Amino acid sequence: MNLADFDPLAGRRVEILDYRGTLVGQDLRPADLTDTRLVELYDKMVFLRVADQQALTLQRAGRMGTYAPTLGQEAANIGSAAVLQEGDWLVPSFREMGAMLLRGVPLALIYMYWMGSEWGSHFPENVRVLPICAPVGTQTSHGVGLAWAAKLKKERTVTLIYFGDGATSKGDCHEAMNFAGVFQTPCIFFCQNNQYSISVPRSSQTAAATLAQKAIAYGFPGVLVDGNDLLAVYAATQAAADRARSGQGPVFIEAQTYRLGPHTTADDPSRYRSEEELQAQEPYDPLRRVRLYLEKQGLLTPAAETERWERYQELVKEEAKKAEAAIPLNPDDIFDYHYATLPPYLASQKEYLHRLLASRGEPADG
Amino acid sequence: MAKLNMVEAINLALKEEMSRDERIILLGEDVGRLGGVFRVTDGLQALFGPERVVDTPLAEAAIVGTAIGLALGGFKPVPEIQFMGFLPAALDQIICHVSRYRNRSRGRYTLPMVIRAPYGAGIHAPEHHSESTEAILAHLPGLKVVIPSTPYDAKGLLLAALRDPDPVVFLEPKRIYRAIREEVPEGDYTVPLGMAKVVREGEGVTVVAWGSMVREAVRAAELVAAEGIGAEVIDLRTIAPLDDETIVGSIRKTGRGVIVHEACRTGGLAAEIMARIQEKAFLSLAAPLERVTGFDTIVPLLKLEDHYLPDAGRISRAIRKVVHF
Repeated sequence: MNLADFDPLAGRRVEILDYRGTLVGQDLRPADLTDTRLVELYDKMVFLRVADQQALTLQRAGRMGTYAPTLGQEAANIGSAAVLQEGDWLVPSFREMGAMLLRGVPLALIYMYWMGSEWGSHFPENVRVLPICAPVGTQTSHGVGLAWAAKLKKERTVTLIYFGDGATSKGDCHEAMNFAGVFQTPCIFFCQNNQYSISVPRSSQTAAATLAQKAIAYGFPGVLVDGNDLLAVYAATQAAADRARSGQGPVFIEAQTYRLGPHTTADDPSRYRSEEELQAQEPYDPLRRVRLYLEKQGLLTPAAETERWERYQELVKEEAKKAEAAIPLNPDDIFDYHYATLPPYLASQKEYLHRLLASRGEPADG
Repeated sequence: MAKLNMVEAINLALKEEMSRDERIILLGEDVGRLGGVFRVTDGLQALFGPERVVDTPLAEAAIVGTAIGLALGGFKPVPEIQFMGFLPAALDQIICHVSRYRNRSRGRYTLPMVIRAPYGAGIHAPEHHSESTEAILAHLPGLKVVIPSTPYDAKGLLLAALRDPDPVVFLEPKRIYRAIREEVPEGDYTVPLGMAKVVREGEGVTVVAWGSMVREAVRAAELVAAEGIGAEVIDLRTIAPLDDETIVGSIRKTGRGVIVHEACRTGGLAAEIMARIQEKAFLSLAAPLERVTGFDTIVPLLKLEDHYLPDAGRISRAIRKVVHF
């Protein structure tokens, strides 16, 4: 796939599988994205949706804190992260649970994070994923730095940096993309344009016709992609990764998707978008079209599909229990990870908390 | 042994440590070809190449933000913010990420890096070139904040900062960048972080200062010495963490204290130091503590700048006040 064929100013968009499950861009389909691979990735999308639904259930039951759902953004999550290879870095924002899972972060850890434990960001040593980043857009420069480090070390790795449509309004994104252009860092700016920054629609975010066209000003390609099309997301991200890996610098991908859920569990979308608008999005569900396609190929039977969903529903419940059981409740943790060595003033504040807890008859060691 | 000023001492520290540690990368505005606007990084790009001494685009948040990524990627970045007055643009990255990564990830990710910035007034510079907002940084959990006041300490503290496993903000009092020359040894030595230094011993009153104010405090001590007042001057050298032991130990001896900083008064670091003395040495106090600080105003432009900055005269008045209480 030639990224140069997709000039965002001309409004061209990468599309391979349309919402009816019909291949409309077979020529763009990467050779390694076989039907077998599609079944695997569809499976990951289903797992993400079930894990996401379970998080909402946990939140409503009071077992989890505020949570940012990924509903509707499964193709953007899975199609992008699926092209990464060993040694590549993934820099998430906060709506990339699927991408993080795909790169080896255990679901129980992600649940632990949203349940309210820093241990949820203590990823296994071999996992090259940064922690979830709440301040919008501020993580983009970290990704550029990681890619810069890889370039200096002459590694042939890429860094996949996620952010949303709102982030493109922030100076952080501008500065990060400008640095990436200047230093030709091997990274991909992957914008999940889900049409809303909490309540503010994409149309109010910028006067630019597309977000992808912003890349032109930084001296690298920007590409519009149907973000609900797993194949298109995969193809564009793979082309960007190949380009970055071969030393040709960064690419900006605008994955046009739609946030079917609230911004977070603390949000009430009925205050800013209509039920009609939401319903109109239903046919574009990213899972639906892959399922339709795979059914047509005879690769998905209703029985196998039912079994898959049920199996995952059980699995995520187990992960939730695992997360709850694994969260350390040791108050010492509050103090012990600010510096390599605990400074005396923190040691004394820790002692104070110990005494306080002891006076209340609570154990200080969890 | 060569007599160096602070600019040369910092340059020497960077040069020596960059030779020892290939992971160190300097990045910032004008640090390469120009050698920095104060020439602190003079000659280093020629020596280590443009990949290790990097002229970046003009963007403070990304200088610190990409430094975070470089550190996560195994390097030891030394980002320079050209003036502390331009630090606010990078403060978002410092507050939200630099100081938090270790704790956020329960130690999985750490950020060994040194953010350098010249700070303070007294060089008759334009607006935004005279700030001393160090209290904002000292307020943040997860950071260390170092301020040398002599060339010897500047080299030793910077080498210690470069070897520290945690992020360090290294503030350079630009007013005395070239004001003092002293013997600075070549080769390896460190001045430990978090340890203040008694620069002048005395029994009558403790004067705590840092950065360019140390010199004024010593001058004030010399002024009052003629009146028979023995002032002990402490150079904090590190403002986060504070060396309570040295400060409180001195107060226990003298019973009186004056804290000096050029930053604004309200919420300044003097308030924190006074609170700690009150908590730990209240019964040793023979007089209320005094502080000599900048006013709660914007640092005036150069025509009125001298009225703002504490000097030996103002400090000596405060010393007399607490001694004759």
